[in-house]
Amino acid sequence: MTNEVSTRSGTYRETFAGGLWRENPVFRLLLGMCPTLAVTAAVKPALTMGCSVIFVLLCSNIVVSLMRNSLKPHLRILMFALTIATFVTICDLFLKAFQPRMSETLGPYVPLIIVNCIIICRAEACASKNTVFVSIIDALGMGLGFTAALCVLAGVRELLATGAVYEIPVLALKEAGGWFVPWSAMAMPVGAFITLGLLLAVVNAVTKRKA
Amino acid sequence: MDTVTALIVAFISIVLIKNLVLTKFLGICPYLGVSGRIDMAFGMGLAVTFVITLSGTLTWMIDHWILMGTPLEVTRYVCFILVIAGAVQLVEMYVRKFFPSLYDSFGIFLPLITTNCAILGLCLFINLWGIDNLLEAVVLSFGGGIGFTIAICIMAGIREDLNLADVPRSLKGAPITLITAGLLTLAFMGFAGMVK
Repeated sequence: MTNEVSTRSGTYRETFAGGLWRENPVFRLLLGMCPTLAVTAAVKPALTMGCSVIFVLLCSNIVVSLMRNSLKPHLRILMFALTIATFVTICDLFLKAFQPRMSETLGPYVPLIIVNCIIICRAEACASKNTVFVSIIDALGMGLGFTAALCVLAGVRELLATGAVYEIPVLALKEAGGWFVPWSAMAMPVGAFITLGLLLAVVNAVTKRKA
Repeated sequence: MDTVTALIVAFISIVLIKNLVLTKFLGICPYLGVSGRIDMAFGMGLAVTFVITLSGTLTWMIDHWILMGTPLEVTRYVCFILVIAGAVQLVEMYVRKFFPSLYDSFGIFLPLITTNCAILGLCLFINLWGIDNLLEAVVLSFGGGIGFTIAICIMAGIREDLNLADVPRSLKGAPITLITAGLLTLAFMGFAGMVK
């Protein structure tokens, strides 16, 4: 686990912005890859996943930060996991009750938020060392960065796989008299791995040029 | 005889067709992190196989004999993660006592198996697929571990060669690994017709 605390660099604004770009969990830290690849066949599930992660991250960061002084070192990870599992259960039950179809699409990837490295990593690297307020800011920044990365990836894949974004048609499909032939490989695991690989390459290229 | 056939089919399907890493995206983090050297990858695969078999079986028992049909079902995820953390702790203590050199070479990766999505993922999938037979659950968990080992070893082999290849600068590291993994899933898709 990385030990870099983004608050070291100063203001709250920087903490928030750090999660969005400089330490973007998906593109820069390569954390939380499982949901990133699994739920990004379309934008809608990706957005739902992003919101769930923001909720869980926010709640667990708050709780971990509140109990940071009474944590025993060897039980730390277990306590994090239990806290996270509790909030994930809440989130899962909420989705099942109010978004049953979405809950079915996401399947086991909602409970898998428990072992999403981003959340444990933030609990360890930020919340267990900082005050509640800093932890909240950090959770929001990281969560939004994660959601944004998910949506970009899902947008590219959905566009190429179905010619639509957020289920709104963008490209004229061949069947409807247009020119675009849907690229079904994009909806499959291959598309996920290759699109993410290429996106990472783009991010690498952009940051190298800046530096 | 039927049960034996069913078990063999279940095993093959979880190893090749529903491979946890390549079709369900589970366990990607160690897949990208540890798969640099083939001996490390193999050791990691074995450790994960052991933990996954143990925790898959235990969670099935807990789920079916204690939780199901009671209001306690809500606590399923909490119970699962506790079982997994316990199993990992057990493996860690065992390896430290009997194979100290192996323990040193694993370092931080051993406790991190707790947060390996492949393990919790498999427990959840066994629950989701409605497996109602203890033997089948054991076979599926063991097969899941073997599938993970195969995937991570193939990847490690490719990456050892990739070190010598001339890769464009911005593709170095994770991006080229992901693209390789993508091509690997394409190969594994060929197995899809094997079992109906």
